[in-house]
Amino acid sequence: MRTLTEDQVEIGSVLPELSIDLTPTVVVSTALATMDFTPVHHDVEGARAQGSKDIFLNILTTMGLVERYVTDWTGPEAVIRRINVKLGVPAYAGDRLSFNGTIVAHDGAEFTAEVRGKVSLGDHATGTVTFTLPQ
Amino acid sequence: MTGAPATGVTTDRELRELADKQAALGEVRGVPAADPVNTPMIRHWLDAMGDSNPAYLEKGVAPPAMAQVWTMQGVRSRGRDRSPVDDVLAELDAQGFTGVVATNCEQTYHRYVRLGERLTPATRFSGLAGPKRTALGEGYFATWNVTWYGEADEPVAEMMFRVLKFRPRKRAAPGPQGGQGEGGQGEGGRRPYPLRPAVSRDTEFFWEGVRHGELRVQSCADCGRLRHPPGPVCPACRSTNRSYVTAAGEGTVYSYVVHHHPPVPGRTAPFVVAVVELPEGVRIVGNVVDCPPEAVGIGMSLRVTYRAMDDELILPLWVPRES
Repeated sequence: MRTLTEDQVEIGSVLPELSIDLTPTVVVSTALATMDFTPVHHDVEGARAQGSKDIFLNILTTMGLVERYVTDWTGPEAVIRRINVKLGVPAYAGDRLSFNGTIVAHDGAEFTAEVRGKVSLGDHATGTVTFTLPQ
Repeated sequence: MTGAPATGVTTDRELRELADKQAALGEVRGVPAADPVNTPMIRHWLDAMGDSNPAYLEKGVAPPAMAQVWTMQGVRSRGRDRSPVDDVLAELDAQGFTGVVATNCEQTYHRYVRLGERLTPATRFSGLAGPKRTALGEGYFATWNVTWYGEADEPVAEMMFRVLKFRPRKRAAPGPQGGQGEGGQGEGGRRPYPLRPAVSRDTEFFWEGVRHGELRVQSCADCGRLRHPPGPVCPACRSTNRSYVTAAGEGTVYSYVVHHHPPVPGRTAPFVVAVVELPEGVRIVGNVVDCPPEAVGIGMSLRVTYRAMDDELILPLWVPRES
């Protein structure tokens, strides 16, 4: 697996779309892998009782998927420095989460990608990921 | 759980005092992670995320976005490790702000953590902002910061986290419209009143006063002249420095109409809309209630009253002074 180098990335570089089917298995397995046992992430009845239409992704997973989205593109040697996410609509089981991203800043060794994760209800997560690449 | 229909002065002051007190505690250390950074949890996490990046397991480091995972509490021990945030959230729940949606999560990774390291979290409550009107209902934004320390006591990762704690509009809400969370468990059940005042920076002092049971009239902070409706500039001296005074809450009917038609959402016609002259020297438009429209006349003495129109909105209305 190769990693992009600094000279291969510039402001305006576009990350390929990543689309994830949010099956109940994805929602539940990621909630448990992130040690988040809040019922709204694994118990449909519990989620409905709280006013949600179904179980939905937990935030630790959103952060993990945002990270994965960037490293899927950069390759394994990139070092993630910062992930800033503004949370929007819930990502419910049965929906599809699609990430898009663009490089918006290059400051010294650090690159910043603007990332947007959309579901059918709108923006689930928008924000930035800052990382460094091998020279 | 209070039955208060909206934030009262006591609620707001108590919340602020608690928030200040919790913030003053500074950074409070939590319980160290149950397990050191380990391969099985990383492998499980990568598998669930669909992350095929081989670098983590090859190099013996954890994916940085796992920072929080290491110090999550288990199924049975949830809630045992208390942080300065818990008291604020509990008090917001108690005041009826039972809905919650996370709005921001910002993480900075100082370095990747290695297999075998045991992390310790430390939490600092950093602020409470509100009450604010939001699409989900009236609420407060609570912000806190968590720092994870390695065994040499150096910070390895930091997080800023912000949630909106809101008063759910009604019980059987179909779910938060714009949020990621678990709202809709609060009390309530009143239908939202369909007409809502436009609250701006010019007028928010007035509506804050209404929530506190005060009729506030804008005043010029330079020449002292009162004006209503509120505006950005004093018509007398053109100063933009503003203040307000609290009116006595009495007035007389300067003029009025009885509204019969067209229908107004949330209202049953006929109803009275009056221009009420205050002894302080300004006139305010408001409804006259608790008396038949034909009993209303110019010069009639009124006093203000505050009525909850739904679970959230309070309007100042006018009633005959004798009543």
